[in-house]
Amino acid sequence: MSTEALRIALVGNPNCGKTALFNLLTGSRQKVANYAGVTVERKQGRYTAPSGRVVDLLDLPGAYSLDAASPDEAITRDVCLGIAAGETRPDLLVCVADATNLRLHLRFVLEVRRLGLPVVLALNMMDAVSRRGIRIDIAALERELGIPVIETVAVKRAGAKALVERLDLAVPLPAVTSDGGADLHAEVRRLLSAAVSMPTRTAATDDAIDRVALHPVGGLLLLAGLMFLIFQSVFSWAEPLMEGIEGGIKLLGEWSVATLPDGPLRSLLNDGVFAGIGSVLVFLPQILILFLFILALEESGYLPRAAFLLDRLMFKAGLSGRSFIPLLSSFACAIPGIMATRSIQDPRDRLTTIMVAPLMTCSARLPVYTLLIGAFIPQRTVAGIFNLQGIVLFALYVAGIASALGVAFVMKRLRRDRSEHALMLELPSYRWPHPRDLAIGLWERGWIFVKRVGGIILALTIVLWFLSSYPAAPEGAIGPAIDYSFAGRIGRWLEVVFAPIGFNWQICIALIPGLAAREVAVSALGTVYALSGTDETVAAALGPLIAVQWPLATALSLLVWFIFAPQCLSTLAVIRRETNSWRNVWIAAGYLFGLAYVASFITFQVARALSG
Amino acid sequence: MGARFGRDAAIAAVPLRQRPVANAASRPAKVEAPQADRSGYNREPFLFSAYLPVRLSELLPGNTAVVREVEDVGSADPIARRLRDLGFVAGEPVRLVTRGPVGADPLLVQIGFTRFALRRSEAARVWLQSDGAGA
Repeated sequence: MSTEALRIALVGNPNCGKTALFNLLTGSRQKVANYAGVTVERKQGRYTAPSGRVVDLLDLPGAYSLDAASPDEAITRDVCLGIAAGETRPDLLVCVADATNLRLHLRFVLEVRRLGLPVVLALNMMDAVSRRGIRIDIAALERELGIPVIETVAVKRAGAKALVERLDLAVPLPAVTSDGGADLHAEVRRLLSAAVSMPTRTAATDDAIDRVALHPVGGLLLLAGLMFLIFQSVFSWAEPLMEGIEGGIKLLGEWSVATLPDGPLRSLLNDGVFAGIGSVLVFLPQILILFLFILALEESGYLPRAAFLLDRLMFKAGLSGRSFIPLLSSFACAIPGIMATRSIQDPRDRLTTIMVAPLMTCSARLPVYTLLIGAFIPQRTVAGIFNLQGIVLFALYVAGIASALGVAFVMKRLRRDRSEHALMLELPSYRWPHPRDLAIGLWERGWIFVKRVGGIILALTIVLWFLSSYPAAPEGAIGPAIDYSFAGRIGRWLEVVFAPIGFNWQICIALIPGLAAREVAVSALGTVYALSGTDETVAAALGPLIAVQWPLATALSLLVWFIFAPQCLSTLAVIRRETNSWRNVWIAAGYLFGLAYVASFITFQVARALSG
Repeated sequence: MGARFGRDAAIAAVPLRQRPVANAASRPAKVEAPQADRSGYNREPFLFSAYLPVRLSELLPGNTAVVREVEDVGSADPIARRLRDLGFVAGEPVRLVTRGPVGADPLLVQIGFTRFALRRSEAARVWLQSDGAGA
């Protein structure tokens, strides 16, 4: 064997357990990037075979057919054919099929067999096969297909051992490469009758769960209950973790103050780095809890059910049931949400979903919401069990969803192309989410968030610290130092624009770095107040401070502003990348700003009138 | 607002426009009363005779039938092509499992060992026949 790495690609239908198998084989040694020139996620990993040979494993996007109907499927086709830009054709394909769903998946195996590459069929989910009393004659299937067939159980530790060993041996080209363009469906039926006996068409547990989960009333109640549970948990479970992180960062801040001499460096560390980064990192627990729920719902097979329940409503609003998953991801961050729209085949549905995704309440808005709700909404129990702060947070989420549906509906009314677009969504078998897949998914997403915090946000906090500290106040100045700085001047200039919606100049300053990422607005407020106050501990007590300094109307106006919050450059950059059009960026930024301004204006004026 | 109703009606009507001539021609001229339950096909009263070709979108929940063909709407219909890829081909049994909570849309269709959610307009491309009426 040569010493060069063997290039193997995993292909298969959606829901065949391919990514779980990929995670099992490669563990955490994964690289997630994009395919050249397109916005389809590319996952590559590496493992060492028993012979010592290094294997580069590529997890290709799931496809129902090589006759591609979406950008994802086109990538799978192009890589398999060796015509994808910047990709080397794999040496070997592992075609993964769900052994309980061979009627559908074998057809794709037959398509892959035609490609003229060595192919190994991995019959996945063999544990479910024995549970459901399905009998598969592996030898017969191997003989009839003319390719090696290996049983795997992606959720078991040793579930891919046989596959790894088989891949270590030389894999021949398929014995039957030319089927003369025969009818693949007829061929699948022949294979099934030769090698497979299925006592029932579906799993009894799936039927039982679906009777509840897809029930017209019960299903919707279950969905609403799940969503509510998620948001309550995000707010309450994260609390102890957040306190831990807060305490740790406070200790670091005290240490830096104690050991450093007074001067610009100490000011930079304490007022720039710790005040800024600290109040952002604190929200990592909430983001991870939210993603844990989304991942678990995705892995369990529930998300397509939710799409089924909501498709009609979303279709009326100009979206599709498929938009549900990207929009739900947008609750964590619009960036992965917009990237997840790649799974929407229809370009028009996709564009609409991208345009409304920023209206979903992303986790970056949570710091702002948490700060303002904590400072202005009393901690009170409503109806015995619910927390008033939780209810306000829930209402803010609902407002985001409602405005997204409204915007999508308007887009539907405005566009010229009114042709039909498809749903055609598979509802896979329910399965328990595997801890390894959840852990890898959480790690990937948490890492993306921390990288954003560490990179963009740190840089901007320091820029803001500079803007807020220089030029320094002249000798004998009476007002706070920040009044004389660049930030103070910009903030006072912006105040003219934002005064009608109740924003003071501190908020206006905080909105500037908030352009990079919404959560920076909080750390920026911290920086602004820490620098303009005399006491250095003000940063730690931002909530009580603004509760005294701001009128309620201003707080409500700012809450409403953040429902729309157009100021996220990263989101706009992703829209640019995903739609390949600056026009869409301007439209998105323009309508978000307009809505935010109008809604905040109404909120502020009404709240001020009511509170006298 | 009138335009909205007009357009929605138009979308729903597109695939329901007309039946292909081929089906009308191949329809049995004279039918005999069904003798017994045809694998659940006659479990409920129908809007149509068991012998007429019907669309998947007209099947009632809990009923099973066999695919006759998938009809293209317009030339080179990508939705029809994908339906065929997913297994909606002549002779394949399909079952309507349930329907969505709002407006009985989308439809949950079992084909082979897989369940797909199809919108009404997508399901309307699939012509069915009863289990036994000559595949």
